[in-house]
Amino acid sequence: MTDMASLMEDRAAAKVISDNLRKPVDWDSPKIARNIKKRYAAERRFKMYGLVAIGIALLALCMLATSIGSKGYSAFYQTYVQLEVHFDPAVIDPDGTGDPAVIGRANFDGLIKQSLRDRFPDVTSRSDKRDLYGIVSGGASYDLRERVLENPSLIGQTRTIWLISGDDFDMLNKGYIDPTVAEGDRRLNDQEVSWYNELVEAGAVEKQFHTRFFTSGDSREPELAGIWGAAVGSFYTLLVTLALSFPIGVLAAVYLEEFAPKNRFTQIVEVNINNLAAVPSIVFGLLGLEVYLNVMHLPRSAPVVGGLTLALMTLPTIIIASRAAIKAVPPSIRQAALGLGASPVQTVTHHVLPLAMPGILTGTIIGMAQALGETAPLLMIGMVAFIVDIPGGALDPATVLPVQIYLWADSPERAFVEKTSAAIMVLLAFLVLMNGLAVYLRKKFERKW
Amino acid sequence: MAAVSQSAMAAKPSVENPKMTARNLDLFYSDNQALYEVDLDIAEKQVTALIGPSGCGKSTFLRCLNRMNDTIDGVTIKGEVTLDGRDIYDKRIDVVQLRARIGMVFQKPNPFPKSIYDNVAYGPRIHGLVNSRDELDEIVMTSLERAGLLKEVKDRLQSPATGLSGGQQQRLCIARAVAVSPEVILMDEPCSALDPIATAKVEELIDELRSNYTIVIVTHSMQQAARVSQRTAFFHLGKLVEVGETDQIFTNPKDERTKGYITGRFG
Amino acid sequence: MSLSFLLLAVAALCALSFYFGRQRAVALSGGRHSNLHSLPVHYGAYTAAWCGLPALALLLIWYMFQGSVIEALIVSDLPQEILEDSGRLSLALNSISLIAAGNGQHLSVEPEIVDAGRRLANIQTIASAALVVVMLSGAVLGLSLSYRKITADMRARNNIERIARYVMIACSAIAILSTVGIVFSLLFEALHFFTKINPLEFLFGLEWSPQTAIRADQVASEGAFGAIPLFVGTLLITLIAMCVAVPIGLFSAVYMGEYASPKFRAIAKPALEILAGVPTVVYGFFAALTVAPFLRDNGAILGLDVSSESALAAGLVMGIMIIPFVSSLSDDVMSQVPKSLRDGSYGLGATKSETIRNVIFPAALPGIVGAVLLAVSRAIGETMIVVMAAGLAANMTANPLQAVTTVTVQIVTLLVGDQEFDSAKTLSAFALGLVLFLVTLGLNVFALKVVQKYREKYD
Repeated sequence: MTDMASLMEDRAAAKVISDNLRKPVDWDSPKIARNIKKRYAAERRFKMYGLVAIGIALLALCMLATSIGSKGYSAFYQTYVQLEVHFDPAVIDPDGTGDPAVIGRANFDGLIKQSLRDRFPDVTSRSDKRDLYGIVSGGASYDLRERVLENPSLIGQTRTIWLISGDDFDMLNKGYIDPTVAEGDRRLNDQEVSWYNELVEAGAVEKQFHTRFFTSGDSREPELAGIWGAAVGSFYTLLVTLALSFPIGVLAAVYLEEFAPKNRFTQIVEVNINNLAAVPSIVFGLLGLEVYLNVMHLPRSAPVVGGLTLALMTLPTIIIASRAAIKAVPPSIRQAALGLGASPVQTVTHHVLPLAMPGILTGTIIGMAQALGETAPLLMIGMVAFIVDIPGGALDPATVLPVQIYLWADSPERAFVEKTSAAIMVLLAFLVLMNGLAVYLRKKFERKW
Repeated sequence: MAAVSQSAMAAKPSVENPKMTARNLDLFYSDNQALYEVDLDIAEKQVTALIGPSGCGKSTFLRCLNRMNDTIDGVTIKGEVTLDGRDIYDKRIDVVQLRARIGMVFQKPNPFPKSIYDNVAYGPRIHGLVNSRDELDEIVMTSLERAGLLKEVKDRLQSPATGLSGGQQQRLCIARAVAVSPEVILMDEPCSALDPIATAKVEELIDELRSNYTIVIVTHSMQQAARVSQRTAFFHLGKLVEVGETDQIFTNPKDERTKGYITGRFG
Repeated sequence: MSLSFLLLAVAALCALSFYFGRQRAVALSGGRHSNLHSLPVHYGAYTAAWCGLPALALLLIWYMFQGSVIEALIVSDLPQEILEDSGRLSLALNSISLIAAGNGQHLSVEPEIVDAGRRLANIQTIASAALVVVMLSGAVLGLSLSYRKITADMRARNNIERIARYVMIACSAIAILSTVGIVFSLLFEALHFFTKINPLEFLFGLEWSPQTAIRADQVASEGAFGAIPLFVGTLLITLIAMCVAVPIGLFSAVYMGEYASPKFRAIAKPALEILAGVPTVVYGFFAALTVAPFLRDNGAILGLDVSSESALAAGLVMGIMIIPFVSSLSDDVMSQVPKSLRDGSYGLGATKSETIRNVIFPAALPGIVGAVLLAVSRAIGETMIVVMAAGLAANMTANPLQAVTTVTVQIVTLLVGDQEFDSAKTLSAFALGLVLFLVTLGLNVFALKVVQKYREKYD
């Protein structure tokens, strides 16, 4: 037996070694003690690196949040100026018809300018007057018109009314324009600042909650711009995305997990799904531009095209999450159903899918949240246009929240900075809501098999 | 060995001049108690075998001896374990040093994904036991020699350890443990993942190592316990049922449960 | 009839056919379900599927071709001189669609265009009416055919299950279709581009200035399409991002996995994941409005000339965005290192950090490399941060304080606004997109392979 022979040989060798045994280590020697000290110092250092790394990441998160929050909170308030407006019948309804069409066409802007001139009678030069008119926003005349149309008895009266102020004036009131810097370095000249001071002293300047920000569409005037248009656009876009990617994703996941034979087709599908999940989003935008716009001639800037593009993007997320959820359903359930004579399709629809649904929904919500925050592919398909109207359907030109943020971030007006930050806060609020829902679903239906 | 065995009383946990002792040792995993009042002495330069059915606590006990249970969350230990008369759970005891003094070999061979040389050199390096490359070389060679592996690997010390066969890997792990000159070596079913020939080699090696080290071995195989150990402790349901000379335990067990296990009525 | 109404109508028809099919089956069974091969529901589902699916398929096919067919019809009637000038043609098509939509009153265009606009409006009306007819007749046809086929011993369940299986296969095939769609749309336009610009000049040229004249009367330089400066810029920003994300991500993963108490982990881990959930446009805004000015001002204090669109600002913020990606991937990878290796190291008296550095890192290295590669691919493809915070000037520089531009920035810049699908300027975006797609695809495939191999090793 050669094994035995080699064993004996090894044994002989070991005997020789054990004769000149090394002395046992003196664990209390100063050298070892020093070494131990060094090692523990290294251990503490290493641990600190980890803590510092997490600290940096969390610090970045905090900085992001504070930077957005501190820039944006003021956008929820808007400066209003109190003026005495005389609803001059000669301007509004010279013939006294009371016809809303006539009133609607009236020059309310002129009324506001008149009351501004009345408030500051010593302003005479043309350029000074133009500055003066900047105190009140161009949108204030629409508010006046609404007011009169609602209550025609105002005509002929003089009322003290709060009017929405212009953006520079708003910025001054919110402290973003520093009146102490040199006149040439700020958007408002000394005269405008003095008007402001005079109005403040008279108690005619006030900040009010800015509902318009939530109810109106985009505008070139920061004080008139709102996010409702973009929010509705986002809604339609997500609706299309969900309508396509949810059924397709779930069906594909069911097929791959429950029915697909292990063949080439399945393999290719799996490889494709994994790779699609990692394709840069902008490439999906190029696909959308080429296929939906250039080949299929679907309308540009429409939520339906955005939804189609985002659906392809979210599909891998939904498929992967759904497959994981389906896989988590234990085989015993399937065997029980099959054992009772249910067909495979019945087994899936009656047992597997209902049990996997919470997981599938969680994955879908997360996919939708991703789609809601996506910007780049939508720039490619023209959802970046300046659109004032609130979209009425999935085929109307629209923009979405993240693109609105991008557009405003690009605008030069100082006042758009706060609008952008505020829009980001709204977008983040939606995302927190969606992710919270996903977490809730997961917690509520979490099941240990 | 003769001196120890003469003075040792059968079925009595204590031996004279024990290397390690455990007294009143209780261990809990969160709320579940896994060990109950274990009293056991480990005799110096002997092989002590821990036997018993699965889940009886023998591996858990073994891991108490070098505080490997510290790495598991939720483990609490009551009682006392000493090495050379000093409580190893004392706050002043440094667990890092303790584990160097009490080496461990695991159930599955677990060589690091490094070269054979680096595997053996790992311990001496981290503990700062050597001053020069030559010294390290010597330790690696001696340890490999001692583990009976040198002849097989001396031409490929720089090749990855994961390329060795299972039995070679386990002997490499023994060499790795030996390289830090431990006083005690704990072995947790070291042969359970090996084939019979590799098992024979490792058993042979254990017998060799006994002249220099105190060895505690957990084993599932009663034959192995009979072959390699001088003392045997039988664990059952977290309690130490019986301990004594291996011959006595296997030929004349005092406890019914031990008898039942040895004769194969349960286990 | 609008599309949503049409879809609703088809859905209603489906519901109706479900009811009919079920009723017929019940009638055939004579009140005893055991006389039927399948449950009545299956007969209902069978007719509903045969009603809805053909209609949907028709809709899909219709939409794929409607646009190009109508455009061809309109274009074929336009005067020759417009057809010859591509710039005028696209302008004319724009006006035509405006007129057709009823928004063309203010346009001053040739009468032919106005005519064409009216014709387009006409055709569109006819087309949508035709679509309604085609779809509804498809639905009704499917309904009546399948309804007639129902007999007591028809294997309705098997039939409907076979249909379900085909539908599922079709859904799975969409994953392949979108890849094919990406490849073809990129390839098609990129090849178009390469007929105008030599591919070698594109891939190895050192100058990038795509502003060519779109119309003949515009004054503009001859465009240069050397993409190397873009690649350099992309790599520079990616490198900066990786310098931030890899160490921070790796060390946070180590701390979370090995040191953190469960309580700390329960708070810090979701907090880190928030970083991954923040939309990129928000990071872009942060980079452009907070980080970039901060760097510029502090650079000025130190006497450094930091561009306000510096690569550093974009790279730093991109790195922050990628931290959770690196950290969760490497956490995954490191937790897969078998416990026995840790035990072996601890059993020899190694400290935690020694175990991590000497045993876990080397063991997890392939997986970590895979994770980093995935992160690199993500950084390369990231768009909004660089669009908002990096510049447009194609500088060839390795100085992170200067402005550089990236592939994605150029794609966005080239395609937002006027698109001219026969000018090299617009088409170059697709060539860049193709390069971007191939590079990220290559990185992903390679990285996934590495990670997979790694997983197999420790399974």
